[in-house]
Amino acid sequence: MAERCAVIGIGQTKHAAKRVDLSIAGLVREAAVRALADAELTWRDVDAVVIGKAPDMFEGVMMPELFLADALGATGKPMFRVHTAGSVGGSTAVVAAHLIQAGVHERVLTVAFEKQSESEAMWALTIGNPFQPPVVAGAGGYFAPHIRAYIARTRAPDHIGMQVAVKDRLNALRNPYAHLHMPDINLEKVAASPMLWDPIRYLETCPSSDGACAMVLASESAAARAPRPPAWVHGTAVRSEPISFPGRDEVNPRAGRDCAAEVYGQAGISDPRREIDAAEIYVPFSWYEPMWLENLGFAGEGEGWRLVDEGVTAFEGELPVNPSGGVLSSNPIGASGMLRFAEAAMQVRGQAGEHQVDGARVALGHAYGGGSQFFAMWIVGSEKP
Amino acid sequence: MRDVAIVSFAQAPNVRRETSRDEVEILVPVVAGAIERSGIPRAEIGFTVSGSCDFLAGQPFSFVLALDAAGAWPPIRESHVEMDGAWALYEAWVRLQHGDIDSALVYSFGKSSPGDLRDVMVMQLDPYYVAPLWPDSISLAALQARAYLESNGESNGHSERDLAAVAARSRASARDNPNAQLAGDCDVDALLAQPYLVSPLRKHDCPPISDGAAAVVLAAGDTARRVCERPAWIRGIDHRIEPHALGVRDLTRSPSTALAGERAGVHDGPVDAAELHAPFSHQELILRDALKLGDEVAINPSGGALAANPMMSAGLIRLGEAARLVMDGKADRTVAHATSGPCLQQNLVCVLEGE
Repeated sequence: MAERCAVIGIGQTKHAAKRVDLSIAGLVREAAVRALADAELTWRDVDAVVIGKAPDMFEGVMMPELFLADALGATGKPMFRVHTAGSVGGSTAVVAAHLIQAGVHERVLTVAFEKQSESEAMWALTIGNPFQPPVVAGAGGYFAPHIRAYIARTRAPDHIGMQVAVKDRLNALRNPYAHLHMPDINLEKVAASPMLWDPIRYLETCPSSDGACAMVLASESAAARAPRPPAWVHGTAVRSEPISFPGRDEVNPRAGRDCAAEVYGQAGISDPRREIDAAEIYVPFSWYEPMWLENLGFAGEGEGWRLVDEGVTAFEGELPVNPSGGVLSSNPIGASGMLRFAEAAMQVRGQAGEHQVDGARVALGHAYGGGSQFFAMWIVGSEKP
Repeated sequence: MRDVAIVSFAQAPNVRRETSRDEVEILVPVVAGAIERSGIPRAEIGFTVSGSCDFLAGQPFSFVLALDAAGAWPPIRESHVEMDGAWALYEAWVRLQHGDIDSALVYSFGKSSPGDLRDVMVMQLDPYYVAPLWPDSISLAALQARAYLESNGESNGHSERDLAAVAARSRASARDNPNAQLAGDCDVDALLAQPYLVSPLRKHDCPPISDGAAAVVLAAGDTARRVCERPAWIRGIDHRIEPHALGVRDLTRSPSTALAGERAGVHDGPVDAAELHAPFSHQELILRDALKLGDEVAINPSGGALAANPMMSAGLIRLGEAARLVMDGKADRTVAHATSGPCLQQNLVCVLEGE
C-alpha cells in the first residue's frame, strides 16, 4: 500500500422522512457542500467523484450518477458509481480511499445517498422474478428469522433488543443530523410498540429516511494542508459470500469475520475490544448490535448480548457503539454505511460535538448488505498509520 | 504505477433474445472460460468486481445472485458498479495497484430483451426535467446525429453516406467474430435506400438489442508474464464525464473522450487498432475525431457495438477485444473505449500494449 489516505472533510444532511425541500441533486449537494466547507476546499480542488447508493429502484432513476454529475461538479472529471447493496456506503468510501492509496488522485469527493421518499423501498424489494425466492416482506421479514436463530442459540433475554433501541435513540438526541429525535423513549414504549416481524417491534426498526453523506479523502501531502485534524485510514476491507447455500451461517457469517480479521490485521489491532475506542456498526434492527459484536470479535460467540446488558456499548460505556444514534435513528439506505464510516472519522478527529466519545483515537466504521453477505469496514485513527 | 495486464477474455454469444437462460446461467460458462484461459486457479484470484444494471433486470440487487457465477465461497474480496463492466475493470486496475494481490476477475452481464430498451433507457435521464418527456434513446442519438451532420455542412463535412459506410464496415468486420449478432456484406447504396428509423438515423445506424455477458482476468507484473505468453499491458486508463443536460453540451464533439484519451496516453505511440464503443454510427466518427485516430488505425475489427451491443458489457468487450489483438500478436498497441449515458456523456479510454 503505497500512499497514506486521510479524511479531511465530512458533511451530512439533516436526515428526515421526506426532504421535500430538496431534489435528489439538492440532497447530495447539501452533504457535499458541507464536506468541502469542512475541508476549506472548493469544487475545483476535487480530482474525482465516487458516489454510491442502494438499488436504483428506491428512487426510480436508473444510474442517477449520470444526471448528478452537474450537481456534484464532476464535469471533466472521473465520476464513479458503486452499488453493493446495504453495504454500499462503506464500499463507496473504500473505493474512494483506494484511489488515494493507489496514488491515482490527491483529493477525492465521495458521496452516498438515498431519497427514500421518491419511491417505496419495501415495494422495490418485493418485485418478484421467476425462479427466484421473493423477499416479500422487505428487509425486516428477511432478517427476522436470523434474529430468532440468534436468540435461540444464545438464549439472550427478551429485553436486549429493546435496550439497544432505547440506547441508540437516546444517543441520537446528541446528534443534530439524526432523523429520529425521541426524548421520551424508554423500554416500556418500545415493548408496547407493534410487533412487525417477530421479534422485531416497530421501535426496534430503522426509519425510512432521505439523506446523504459526503467525505473528502486526501493524500498525505494534501492532508498536510488541511485546516482541521484529519482522520487517518488505518485499514479497509471488503468481503462477500453467496446469499444462500446449505450450511451457510447467516447469523454469524464468515464474510463478516474474515473482513474484520483483515481490517484489524492492516490496522495492527489484536484485541479490538481494548484497542478500539468507538464503533459505528450497521444496526438496522436492534438485535444486530449483539450479533455484530460477536461477528466483529468484540465478544465471544454467544456473549454479544452480555455487552449490551452490562452497558458496555452505551455512550458512557467502555466501548460506545453508535454514539451518533446509528441506523436505528437515521436510515437513508445507500448513505447509512458511509455515515458509519464518516461518524467513526468524526470521533477520531474530535469533531463529533455532543456525541463525541472522550479521547477517541481509534474507531471502526462498519456496513453490511444483501442477505448479511456483503461487508465493508474501515479503521480510522487520529495518528498516521 | 504497477504494471497490470489483461491476460484473458471471454464473452457469451450475443443474441437478440436469450429465452432459455437467465443472467447467471449466461455468466457461468463465460466466467469459467475467462478463469480457465487465464490459467490462474479461482482460489488464487485476489479481487472480483462486476458491472450490471438493475433496471435491465427489472429487479433490485440483480448482481447478488450473479455472485454464484463467480464462486464466492470461501468469502471473496468483491465489489460491484452500476456501470458498464469497463468501469469495473478500472476499479480492479486501481485495486491491483496496492500490491497485496496479483490478479482480479472482472465480469458484466445484462439482458435487454425482457423490456423495451428504448423506453427503459429513458429512466436514466434527469427525472425532473427530461425523463417526463420520454425522449427515447434512439431519438436522443438522432438529435446528436443531426447536430453532427449539420455542424460540418454538406460540402466539407460528413453525410448520411459516411454513417452508412461505418455500418457496412462494422458488419463486414463482424464476419470474423463468432460472437457477433449482425454480420455480413452490405452495399452502402442499398443501406441508404432504407427508410429512416428516426431521421437522420436508419436501422443500420443503430445498435442491435443484445443479451450477453463478458469476463476479463487481470494480472500484475510477473504473474501476468507467467500465465500469459503475450499479456496486453494497460499503459494508461482514464475516464471522464460531461454534464447530463444536453442543452449545455456540444453534442458534435466528445471532450470527455479527448481528455481521457490524452491522460491515458493514446498519442504517446502509434495506434494499430481501436475498439470504440460507438452504439450509433455517427458516434464512431465523433470518437475518432476526439481521439485523433487517422485512417491508418483499424477501427472496430470485432464489428463493434453496431454488430452486438449487450448493455453493461459492450464497453468491457471493447477492452477484451482490444486486448485480444495484442495477446494474439495481431497488434502491438491498441486503444479501447467505453461509453455510458445519453449521447456519449461518460467515456473511458484505455491503451494496451504488448511487450
